[in-house]
Amino acid sequence: MSVQDTDIPAARPVDWRDPRILARIRRRHARDGWLKAAGLVALLIAFALLAILVGSLVYRGHSAFTQTMVTLQVHVDPKKVKPERLRRGKYDDMVEAALLSHFPEVRSRADRRKLTKILSKGARLALRDRVTADPALIGQTVTISVPVSDPFDQLNKGLIGRSTPEERRIVDDRAIAWFDRLAEKGLISRPFNTALFLEADSRFPELAGLAGAIRGSAYALLVCFLISFPVGIAAAIYLEEFAPRNRFVDIVEVNINNLAAVPSVVFGLLALAVFLGWFGLPRSAPLVGGMTLALMTLPTIIIATRAAVKAVPPSIREAALGIGASETQVVFSHVLPLAMPGILTGTIIGLAQALGETAPLLLIGMNAFITEPPGGVLDPATALPTQIYIWADSPERGFVSRTAAAICVLLLFLVTMNALAVILRRRFERRW
Amino acid sequence: MTMLQPDEAETETEAPTAELKMTARDVDVFYGTNHAIKSISVDIPDKTVTAFIGPSGCGKTTFLRCLNRMNDTIRNCRVTGEIRLDGEDIYGRDIDPVQLRARVGMVFQKPNPFPKSIYDNVAYGPRIHGLAGTRAELDEIVERALTRAALWQEVRDRLDAPGTGLSGGQQQRLCIARAIATAPEVLLMDEPCSALDLIATAQIEELIDELRESYSVVIVTHSMQQAARVSQKTAFFHLGVLVEYGETSRMFTNPSDQRTQDYITGRFG
Repeated sequence: MSVQDTDIPAARPVDWRDPRILARIRRRHARDGWLKAAGLVALLIAFALLAILVGSLVYRGHSAFTQTMVTLQVHVDPKKVKPERLRRGKYDDMVEAALLSHFPEVRSRADRRKLTKILSKGARLALRDRVTADPALIGQTVTISVPVSDPFDQLNKGLIGRSTPEERRIVDDRAIAWFDRLAEKGLISRPFNTALFLEADSRFPELAGLAGAIRGSAYALLVCFLISFPVGIAAAIYLEEFAPRNRFVDIVEVNINNLAAVPSVVFGLLALAVFLGWFGLPRSAPLVGGMTLALMTLPTIIIATRAAVKAVPPSIREAALGIGASETQVVFSHVLPLAMPGILTGTIIGLAQALGETAPLLLIGMNAFITEPPGGVLDPATALPTQIYIWADSPERGFVSRTAAAICVLLLFLVTMNALAVILRRRFERRW
Repeated sequence: MTMLQPDEAETETEAPTAELKMTARDVDVFYGTNHAIKSISVDIPDKTVTAFIGPSGCGKTTFLRCLNRMNDTIRNCRVTGEIRLDGEDIYGRDIDPVQLRARVGMVFQKPNPFPKSIYDNVAYGPRIHGLAGTRAELDEIVERALTRAALWQEVRDRLDAPGTGLSGGQQQRLCIARAIATAPEVLLMDEPCSALDLIATAQIEELIDELRESYSVVIVTHSMQQAARVSQKTAFFHLGVLVEYGETSRMFTNPSDQRTQDYITGRFG
């Protein structure tokens, strides 16, 4: 400002062409390059690992999305099923007779029994359901596709090698010959495995499905959302907008952050002791599962909500207060709507975490063997991750591919939820 | 309830010299242990523009925010002394700050429209205070507020457009419309032109001059020229103390305090 002021020393001249300065610039640029390269490499590694994970899952699991079926002409014998007792007919006899009719040369009792092993235990159920739905079929011949048992399913999918020595194979050469004969006649087909999505768990891999687990997970997540969303938002709003600054509130805040880091198995033990032990709620119920998951999701939602509420510019609060809005009006007509994208993102990420959570559900018994999809939140059920756990633990060959398929389904749900989070956020941001 | 215009008109005719709207006596403000405002007493006349001038950090804004109790929302801020609106102690027990802020409106330094439509911005105050019975009544309040804020002509065709999409000067006029939609008796303006260009500033200043006919306006400003242009009364603050208070014309021509003279002539600040 003051030009005449002689106290200020003159600026020292800098030679920008000095080789040392130029070298320094080059080094700085080189460092930029290294940083970018390192980031790119890290990203590539992450992508490669993800590709390996998904690739191996799809490779192992894809065969479970189809199921080998055999098409039979079954005569519904009026002697074996009575219209008044439709569900108790001797359907296995009828289905087996239909299969045996293709092999008139097989006579001995032992051979016939061995031959009928081609059929799944679920074959009679398929016929039973068909006849129960339409009793007029009694006395007629119906064409029906029934699943084959797991070893033959594996054989058909090429997962049991024909070149393996016979003694190390679960199906011997004769059984393979029988199966091939059926295939030659064009009776073997491999349609999409609808049972995987329509049926619940089963001891037989060819009959086991995810319907029970999907519905159990849906119920548990619904309960989890209904509890953790309102409670989480209420807690966060109170802490952020209304809570006095004192030691008690500080302790609460620190502990909420700690809760987010507590291992999930601890929440499972807590739920076991409190919900099952004290409250006497039913074991394996999605209600209890959802409540347990809500305990885990709450800190996530509270932390996300607080961050979103904090990010609402104070000028908006001042504007509303300046016109005479009450604190409640400020929160509900300004702060919450502006914070909603952040809150929803946090909530969906929390729910996605809950969907994949296994340990607490194991402790409250959601890893039970349950063959019926739950009809409500109090019925025993499994969840997707616990179903994966059960199947991964099963010895039958068929469960290997089904485990991978179940993981694919779970990942699909997770991707869908995260995409939903992005869509919701975009939508709300456009509105505001 | 003291929003009734006829009453004021009556008092106006009885006392031709401007009636006092707000009076502050020995007001002290503390932020924790920091003594920000020291024993300030000011009379704010009705239907007059009062300017608060002074260097940064001298407490102008803090004092302004005492007048509608906005300081209540700041943690560990403590106000002592007495501030009366129409003779009523605004820090008294039977005064609700929520209602007080409708009667003593405020326009902030940075334009801060809600991220809602232009209409909803202006209608928000009347809605929360229940000032309009019907939609038609609300429409009329909105139109009148926007007209008085000299914005109606520019936005009448796009009342549903977001208020945040307007230009800076329009946004500030929208904020003024929003503040006057609740029919306040006093309008507090905290450096309303500091974020605006010359043309927008001129528009706002013209507007302030018109608003003076119905409200008591208190404006905080850094610009001495602005204070000289728009105000009738000026208060000079320095380091939390009210140094001098009087007619604007006298303050700028013949200040009685050396510090005022130094500030006005640009020797510090």
